[in-house]
Amino acid sequence: MNILEIANLDIYSSEGKGLVSDLSFSIAPGARLGLIGESGSGKSLTALAAIGLLPSQLKATGSVLLGGESAQQMLGSSERALNRVRGRVASIVFQEPLTALDPLMKIGKQLSEPLKRHQKLEGQSLQHAIIDALNEVRINDPARIASSFPHQISGGERQRAAIAMALACKPTLLIADEPTTALDVTVQAEVLSLLDSVVSARNMALLFISHDLAVVGQITDSVVVLKDGVMVESGSLHAIMSAPKHSYTRDLVINARLLDGALDIAQGKG
Amino acid sequence: MKMKSNRSFSLIIGLVILGAITLMALVSTVWLPYSIENTDGGRLSPPSGSHWLGTDKLGRDLVSRLMVGARIALSVGFSAVVIAGVVGLTLGLAAGFAQRWLDESLSALLDILIAFPTLLLAMLIVAARGSSLTSAIFAIGFGMSAIIARLTRLLVKRVLSKDFITASRASGTSWTRIIVIHVAPNIWPTLVVSFALQFGLAGLAEASLSYLGLGAPPPNASWGSLLQEAQATVMTSPIGAIAPGVLLVALVIGVNLIADGLRDIADPTLRRTR
Amino acid sequence: MLKYLIRRISFLLISLALASITLFLLLRILPGDPANALLPVGATPEQIKAAQHEVGSDLPILIQFLNWIKDLSTFHFGKSIISSYEVAPEIASRLSLTVPLTLIAFVIAVSIALPLGFVAAYKAKTWYGTILNGFSQLGIAIPVFWVGIIFIFVFALKLMVLPSGGIPLEGWSNFPGMLKYLVLPVSTIALVMSSSLTRYVRSATLDVLGSDYLRTSRSLGSTFAQAMRRHGLRNASAPVISIIGIELATTFVGAVVVESVFALPGLGSLLVQAIAEHDYPVIQGVLFISTLGVLVIGFLADLIQRLIDPRLIKSSAGGLQ
Repeated sequence: MNILEIANLDIYSSEGKGLVSDLSFSIAPGARLGLIGESGSGKSLTALAAIGLLPSQLKATGSVLLGGESAQQMLGSSERALNRVRGRVASIVFQEPLTALDPLMKIGKQLSEPLKRHQKLEGQSLQHAIIDALNEVRINDPARIASSFPHQISGGERQRAAIAMALACKPTLLIADEPTTALDVTVQAEVLSLLDSVVSARNMALLFISHDLAVVGQITDSVVVLKDGVMVESGSLHAIMSAPKHSYTRDLVINARLLDGALDIAQGKG
Repeated sequence: MKMKSNRSFSLIIGLVILGAITLMALVSTVWLPYSIENTDGGRLSPPSGSHWLGTDKLGRDLVSRLMVGARIALSVGFSAVVIAGVVGLTLGLAAGFAQRWLDESLSALLDILIAFPTLLLAMLIVAARGSSLTSAIFAIGFGMSAIIARLTRLLVKRVLSKDFITASRASGTSWTRIIVIHVAPNIWPTLVVSFALQFGLAGLAEASLSYLGLGAPPPNASWGSLLQEAQATVMTSPIGAIAPGVLLVALVIGVNLIADGLRDIADPTLRRTR
Repeated sequence: MLKYLIRRISFLLISLALASITLFLLLRILPGDPANALLPVGATPEQIKAAQHEVGSDLPILIQFLNWIKDLSTFHFGKSIISSYEVAPEIASRLSLTVPLTLIAFVIAVSIALPLGFVAAYKAKTWYGTILNGFSQLGIAIPVFWVGIIFIFVFALKLMVLPSGGIPLEGWSNFPGMLKYLVLPVSTIALVMSSSLTRYVRSATLDVLGSDYLRTSRSLGSTFAQAMRRHGLRNASAPVISIIGIELATTFVGAVVVESVFALPGLGSLLVQAIAEHDYPVIQGVLFISTLGVLVIGFLADLIQRLIDPRLIKSSAGGLQ
């Protein structure tokens, strides 16, 4: 049973403009799918739809089933039903950690929210769990980070904390919406490798969203290419990279290859 | 798209209201239904064919007095904003271009001025210089200049931090040219919105001063004075206490709508209360 | 924190100094010789000299100024020129009316604005949300004294359920009586203030409703209500608290005007009367106390804001940036 099953998803703006058209794809447990597209392609909206957090002024039709065996329909269901799966079945990491975290609350306290809810921890064990969670995302000096506010720590540390929060729910699917885009280039690779290893270690499924095929290529096995809300190609990463069928995909591959080539030259492998 | 039409709607309504009041004021300079000295109307008579809104306690026609009041409201608003603008812009530009300690002292000075309520400041100046229209205008104008100054400083600092300014300087452009060509066009739209808002606030401040008896002396009475007079006789002639208030509220709402309508055109990125 | 406190307190003292200098200049120098207020027309040179000595304007300016500062710091405001009463005790007695009037009205206004502002934001798209928004926009356009006049007309004169002005002779010792006389003035001020406060609460709430951190909390499994309680309330109050100092000062000014509407013997009516009569010692005293009050309120409000918003704690900058 697929963890995420999207069928014929249409998303419209409040004025009726089509933002996503007839999108269908699925993710099996433990599988990793990359969703590629440029800004405005509808990829972030798809992520929000998967977790039932589409802005209320948008309309969506189709089917978004989350959860495998006892899957929950994420479109049009009651808030109560959606609440039961959010966090538990799937959780999401957003692009900009500075705004995704409460500016007036210490990191440790924000982390305690999902830990309490999903692991029912209290007191000392809660405190230990917070430190453990921060360690798992490879944060140096977790005690300092836990007692800091978001603006007091670096962007990379913030995003790791956000990842820790998403993982605290022990979800079976992790959705990552451009998680490295807002970070410094040097930090991007580290966070990417972090995501790779935690997803493997916990046997989670991954929906990774990006505009950068090179990044997606490092962490996923299959890819869906979105252009203007429409899926133009999909397939295994290998197939896409070696034999792209759609012109848009071809452009993406060429650009990714160029970057790789440039990196190779820079590293003296040219 | 929906936002935009809402905004233009506000702008149009605001302009209509302001236009109507301006018309009243302009007409009053050349013609009034009755001279404001004319007390033949019979005291506190109700609205009638000859006196559309009735008369006041001395028999003067209310409509005529309202028209004169419109003239005063608009001239006070306008003059006060001009004063606030001149003083505020100067201080604000100085603070915006100043660095470190000069900037800090100026900002501190502005903060002090802003903390002080405009009406109290106005009462202080009127106390010193006596009640007159000019005292009121100066007082209100000075009080508002701090707000304009702080806004100007913020905007100037924002523009100056942009890269194209550095680029201009690097290519040898003089500061004067930079101010005229780069800074001014970037700051004036937001300033105009602020001026519109301050116009309304000036009108309210003047009305309060007049109500308290500290504004222009009669018979050149502003709407505030009319309300003060009408309060005593509100039972007999409620229209006298209602009409000036309605016009005052209409004026302020009108300019606020204009300010609202101009906002998005001016600067959609400036953080503002929605 | 210490650096901030030192900075802020010196700011306060400097403001107070500037205000005193301004008051001194405006009320003692500019209107000409204050002794003139004591003199009849066509006074003889001896009378003029006597008056000047009485007022102290025969001394050099600097000495006058230093005396002024000394007097101010000990709250010696002198005597009324017109009626010869001691200014300081009169101000104290007037404050016993104006301060409660201001505070009660403010508390009521805040209690109304918080829920209204929240609903106006949460239900912004509904018809009543739009009405509430209109109400909050209207509030900054309506002169507070006009509301007072209308209240008098409706409740005191037409319906005759409340008095149209004044206060009971016994003052606060007649507590129920005082309350009855203060209902309309307090309501007037509270109504106008609540509408402008609603605007701020609505705006702050809208920001929170559209925020990313609220979304994050919900994505982790909180219900909307839980997320609002945990994150929304605190974040929404921060901007509101930042304007509370100014709004309290505005409420005070509203009280000053409303006192004239309802013929209440408070600080405001004292000031208005003194200005009309050119009673400078009284004007000085009242304005100094008002300034002191406004500055202290501003200082306290700033302090509270810093204690709540951790983003500001480290910075030592004063005021808004």
